[in-house]
Amino acid sequence: MVVAALAFYLFAGVTVVAAVMVIAARNPVHSVLFLILAFFNAAGLFVLLGAEFLAMILIVVYVGAVAVLFLFVVMMLDINMVRMREGFLRYLPIGGVIGLILLVEIAVVIGGWSLTPETTAPAATPIPSLAAASNTEAIGAVLYTDYVYLFQAAGLVLLVAMIGTIVLTHRTRGGVRKQRIGDQLARTREESVEIKQVSSGEGL
Amino acid sequence: MTLMDVGLSHYLTVAAILFTLGILGIFLNRKNIIIILMSIELMLLAVNINLIAFSAELGDLTGQIFAMFVLTVAAAEAAIGLAILVAFFRNRGSIEVEDVNLMKG
Repeated sequence: MVVAALAFYLFAGVTVVAAVMVIAARNPVHSVLFLILAFFNAAGLFVLLGAEFLAMILIVVYVGAVAVLFLFVVMMLDINMVRMREGFLRYLPIGGVIGLILLVEIAVVIGGWSLTPETTAPAATPIPSLAAASNTEAIGAVLYTDYVYLFQAAGLVLLVAMIGTIVLTHRTRGGVRKQRIGDQLARTREESVEIKQVSSGEGL
Repeated sequence: MTLMDVGLSHYLTVAAILFTLGILGIFLNRKNIIIILMSIELMLLAVNINLIAFSAELGDLTGQIFAMFVLTVAAAEAAIGLAILVAFFRNRGSIEVEDVNLMKG
């Protein structure tokens, strides 16, 4: 119990500190690296909550794909970092006030909520005991049956994102010589070959 | 709610702090779109923590399923956002929010 609590405080603390560094770091590359740290520790929190599958997905998808994508873009673009930092202190008061108001509001909600009897009634898709099925197995059993339409919709969202990304970033360059099979096959003998009689000792 | 008895409220508090930091990041980094996108990722992470904390508290798998869908949408959003960013940088040579006025007419 104590170990779990200590692990929680470790993961939560590092997550929050890394999140602060994400928005406060001077260099965007450092921001991305702190984002990766935050995701790793959030995955630790997920493991503590018993959602191992989502913890691994978080590491694979976020750290492996999204954060690396951010890193690529940050490194590819030639950004003037000094100009980027302008306005940080100018917006600090208004941002701080709004953040404080939001935090107080959320704190009020967290401090004052209670579960209705309907919520504490037997769950729609109860988590099976670990002896019966692992977390991954349980999620799979629900995801491909009860939520199959949402699963398909998620696939469509990813497909549209992929096509959109390619369309947005693809550009056709001029002056590139490409092999065009159709043009090659459409040539006829008449238009490509000419026979000349060259008499001896003279050029064409 | 003692300090060593970690329960739902602890996780909700962490998620609330993360969400607020995301909002704060959007407000403070008014120029850098990349940081704004990262702040949005932080906010989505906070939402995921909330969903999974309630899922564990209520013993219901639905929260974890929806956290997965949130993750999917977040990944798609990051990809599209960064693609728009790259296309914009090609056109204007800058990624400052104040320069984003091509559609003003």
